[in-house]
Amino acid sequence: MDIEFIRESIPLYAEAAVLTLRLALLGILGSGAIGFICCLLRTFRVPVLKQAAEVYIELSRNTPLLVQLFFLYFGLPRIGVVLSSEVCAVVGLSFLGGSYMAEAFRSGMEAVPVSQGEAGLSLGMSRHQVFFYILLPQAAATSIPVFGANIIFLIKETSVFSAVALADLVFVAKDFIGMTYRTDEALLLLVIFYLILILPVSAVCALIERRVRYAQFGNRSIVSGE
Amino acid sequence: MKEKQILQIEHLEKSYDGHPSVLRDINFSMEKGEVVVVLGPSGCGKSTFLRCINLLEPVSGGRIYLNGQDILSGQKESSRIRQEIGMVFQNYELFPHMTILENVMLAPLLVQKRDRKQTVEEAGELLARVGLSEKQTSYPRQLSGGQKQRAAIVRALMMRPKVLLLDEITAALDPEMVREVLQVVLELARDGMTMLIVTHEMEFARAVADRVIFMDKGAIVEEQKPEDFFSCPKTDRAKRFLNMFHYEALG
Repeated sequence: MDIEFIRESIPLYAEAAVLTLRLALLGILGSGAIGFICCLLRTFRVPVLKQAAEVYIELSRNTPLLVQLFFLYFGLPRIGVVLSSEVCAVVGLSFLGGSYMAEAFRSGMEAVPVSQGEAGLSLGMSRHQVFFYILLPQAAATSIPVFGANIIFLIKETSVFSAVALADLVFVAKDFIGMTYRTDEALLLLVIFYLILILPVSAVCALIERRVRYAQFGNRSIVSGE
Repeated sequence: MKEKQILQIEHLEKSYDGHPSVLRDINFSMEKGEVVVVLGPSGCGKSTFLRCINLLEPVSGGRIYLNGQDILSGQKESSRIRQEIGMVFQNYELFPHMTILENVMLAPLLVQKRDRKQTVEEAGELLARVGLSEKQTSYPRQLSGGQKQRAAIVRALMMRPKVLLLDEITAALDPEMVREVLQVVLELARDGMTMLIVTHEMEFARAVADRVIFMDKGAIVEEQKPEDFFSCPKTDRAKRFLNMFHYEALG
């Protein structure tokens, strides 16, 4: 192990980690938005658009991110759409994550009893009011663990971004290996930096999950630790 | 149609594809302030009957009038109609993510756009009447079954409905809690609330009802004053039904 080499490499890895994290965050936000829109289309059974959402979800879940990125980066320019590496990465990650988030919303919605919606309707609430005030809050709470798992999954998926010429963590590691042949050090740093990115997210998710599981609504003694 | 009639139902039919009729030619009317109890064996269509009136089930035929107005014609109007027809469910169906106060105030504020301050006052008064003043900031899961059902009754009353539908509201409760819920209903009846009640509590039915209707296999087979129905039912089906509630020592 060349400690000196490791120390000198850290700033470059850190820079790549910041880029990875930034793109992952944007991709996760995009995924959440797409997932929510799919949830709306499904819940309100919007004709045509609902079917389009189902096709999208199957397409997105059953193709690898790498292939999706190749399509965006190398395929689209053929029809005159040229996207930068970063845009490709965010769009690709959102395209992939959107379907996972949509399924998370779906499982949450299915966990809310139909009778809850009927109770809202019987009070004269509109279908939209029932959705936003009664079904969605309960569904989102149920789905929190799945959202957490999806977020971690999406951060890990960023490791293929180097395929579209982005200087992410994997790209930097490959670069070092190619230039210096210090494979052990480069890979060790790669593992450490991914752990630095993902472990805190995992820890927060585990914490929230535990609270959701035991606390439910109205059990303050556990939530606030009283 | 008589002036006083608040709810009138003509030839109501309900069937699912390929299944025998759930409701068959229901003809029924209620006057303002009247309390009608619906009795019958399980699966006879009592709950479906109530759900049809509240537009939660599509009907296959017939007419339902509320204050002389056909409520099955304009689907766009369903929100306005449901505001006038309150419903309380067997399993309470309080919203678990809201406090009791939020539960009872949600629809008045959101649907009827009522003044918040007055609504808080009104909710406070009603909750006090059913003995839940202390529970305003509690969540449903912190309440007993009886407390939940009383809160659910308040939630329905907050909309100031013209008719209240109660669908087996004590079926999920322990015997001791049944009493506290039915006490609230008896008081509502005394105050002149128009109510259509599905229940299996025979003593309560006898005490609260102005009229009893007995249903079997989706049809109304008997309609009587409670004192007559319980002492000498006209149909054999009703007799057999009532006999099930009598236990005699063997041997």
